Amino acid sequence: MRRVYLDNNATTPVLPEVLEAMRPYFGEHFGNASSIHHHGQETRAAVERARESVAALLGCRPAEIVFTSGGTEADNLAVFGLVQPGDHVVTSTIEHHAVLNTCRHLEEKGIEVTYIPVDGRCLVDPGDLRRALRSNTRLVTIMMANNETGVLQPVNEIGKMCAEADVYFHTDAVQAAAKVPLRVNDIRCDLLSISGHKIHAPQGVGALYVRKGTTLEPRFFGGSHERSRRAGTENVPGIVGLGKAAELAIKRFAQPNDLEMAVLRDRLEATILEHVDSAAVNGTGAPRVPNTTNIYFDYIEGEALVIALDLKGLAVSTGAACSSGAIEPSHVLTAMGLRPDRARASIRFSLGKQTSAEDVDFAIHLVPASVTRLRELSPLYNKNTAVHS
Amino acid sequence: MLSQNTIAVAMSGGVDSSTVAAMLRAEGRNVIGLTMQLWNQRRLAGRAGMPEAVTGRCCSLDDVYDARRVAETIGIPYYVVNHEDRFERDVVRPFVQEYLSGRTPIPCSLCNNHLKFDQLLTVAKQIGADAVATGHYARVEHDEQRGRWLLKRPTDRAKDQTYFLFGLTQEQLSRTLFPLGGMTKPEVRDLARKHGLALAEKPDSQEICFVPGGDYKNFLDAYLAEQGESLPDTAGELVTTDGRVIGEHSGIHNFTVGQRKGLGIATGFPLYVLQIKGDARQVVVGEQEHLYSRTLLARRINLISVEDFDEPMRVAVKIRHRHEPAMAMIEKTGCDQARVTFHEPQRAITPGQAAVFYDGDVVVGGGWIS
Repeated sequence: MRRVYLDNNATTPVLPEVLEAMRPYFGEHFGNASSIHHHGQETRAAVERARESVAALLGCRPAEIVFTSGGTEADNLAVFGLVQPGDHVVTSTIEHHAVLNTCRHLEEKGIEVTYIPVDGRCLVDPGDLRRALRSNTRLVTIMMANNETGVLQPVNEIGKMCAEADVYFHTDAVQAAAKVPLRVNDIRCDLLSISGHKIHAPQGVGALYVRKGTTLEPRFFGGSHERSRRAGTENVPGIVGLGKAAELAIKRFAQPNDLEMAVLRDRLEATILEHVDSAAVNGTGAPRVPNTTNIYFDYIEGEALVIALDLKGLAVSTGAACSSGAIEPSHVLTAMGLRPDRARASIRFSLGKQTSAEDVDFAIHLVPASVTRLRELSPLYNKNTAVHS
Repeated sequence: MLSQNTIAVAMSGGVDSSTVAAMLRAEGRNVIGLTMQLWNQRRLAGRAGMPEAVTGRCCSLDDVYDARRVAETIGIPYYVVNHEDRFERDVVRPFVQEYLSGRTPIPCSLCNNHLKFDQLLTVAKQIGADAVATGHYARVEHDEQRGRWLLKRPTDRAKDQTYFLFGLTQEQLSRTLFPLGGMTKPEVRDLARKHGLALAEKPDSQEICFVPGGDYKNFLDAYLAEQGESLPDTAGELVTTDGRVIGEHSGIHNFTVGQRKGLGIATGFPLYVLQIKGDARQVVVGEQEHLYSRTLLARRINLISVEDFDEPMRVAVKIRHRHEPAMAMIEKTGCDQARVTFHEPQRAITPGQAAVFYDGDVVVGGGWIS
């Protein structure tokens, strides 16, 4: 069966060039990067080259990059590493669980957290942030791009506000990095998280940008790896993969025809909406990363549509999977004010570098027919359309 | 069954439903595994009297893990579908309400009748499956003469689950397979081993799936506390059959008809709960002989082997899961209710339980004891 993967916000396939770059570090170059001998020097050099590539992607100094096991660890290190008892934290209601549940845990420890809302377009209002700041606010953590809608938050404005208020600013850029160009000095953030497997590097590696002069309490204790900010022997193949993926992203940004993905996404979105009534994009009217579209199809259950499409070879997603794998209504769409039935009727399509025009055609061909089939089984849809006709 | 090529199997992570999936797959059917996520076991963990650790069986992560491993072993697609909202509305809430009104509910029948089959068939249709299969011990047959789909008792009488399935409609039965109906439990375990299923030796679960350890009183407390409600005060009097007050009780939900222990009063002879009067908050107690009665009224009846009946019908009636069906006459007393008159008096006829009518192996229908 032909299988098309449009769930790249969940994870991406490792690109062939990335795999090639990593391969020697599973065998030939196996040294511990902390060892003083030849083998150690070889892998140390590879880790530092990767650090330079990641720094180049983010527009920072290599020494400001801390490699982690992924986006979640980077977010945890940023938040827990900075916040002390008595501090106040500001975040948003649409953060990834890596930030949201970290903040909830802080609350259990007695730290006050303010969750600022978003509007119907999935956008945070910087005015709300300004009003939330207090004298004891230590950290603002607001994501750069939302994982479900792809909507880009006004991080430059937020960063400026935080700098003026002398408050640390962390942004989870897991879904923005390598999709849109970003510079930490434009954002004026102090901390920024990225994840390898969202940008065609492998799972199990990520990085946290830590602005020079920012002191973080480490989460892991052990050796003095990563300038004593993150103990533990480096995941050398993973780090090399992340470095290569960063390098490839920089090359893509430099090309004049870097609009390909947005063109594909826009065609997917427009054609589906052309063929399906009672459907619309979640996050319309807001700037978005070029690979994501989140569409609600009234009168259907997103869960059923995802399964039906998977059985026909198309991988997409809906809501958030809980620990059992069951789907729970998306907290992001709910925060945007979507009715619960509409939140459950929403599907996320996310493209990757490997996505071809044929893949998009496959989805365009499959989705309207599947939605129609599900609606034919929906008593609610039949009732409503009967009224209209 | 006709050309039912794509079958959705409801997989609980137990031996029975796993074996069903493996059997149908071995027959060359196109099988899709589904687990219905009905209740979050972590929700009430650690609350008022509930164990800290998750011990309940249904929808536990371990069960989902087991089901997923089976699906992977036999090579079928597998999905967890979320029906927590419906389950809470249609099963948990009514379960709590029934206890608070002095009845003794059976949530498994409520679930089968109002949620499980209905939702399974809906999801099956949505994802392109023609039929559903479950690991219940029961048989479905089409009776050409009557033009009806029949629900029948299984070969393994000890595992008979027809009592919990009396609410199935003709439409539901026509699209349901019970592949274990002709097998015994040991045969099922053998087959599970033969198919290389790692869970072949997994013990059976008997308890109400969302009530860990079967302690429904703790569950009521914890659930109501979570909902920000408190257990309504249903304390009242213990009275005899002639209305004499002989003591007090702490709340009607603590009692079940037929219960002997825990009444907290000393008389010279054993006392049993005979009746619970919800409105008056009275618990009527008396001697064992008063527990026996010959009639009951079954409401919200569903008929399976017959479309309807005008004349009184002679059937065997089962009034609780572990009850041996007893001969009785049933007669209609309204469009969906029937009076059951037993030949011999029956012990502890309990409001809230089901009365299921049998004609030999065939389930005629059933209703809720009022």
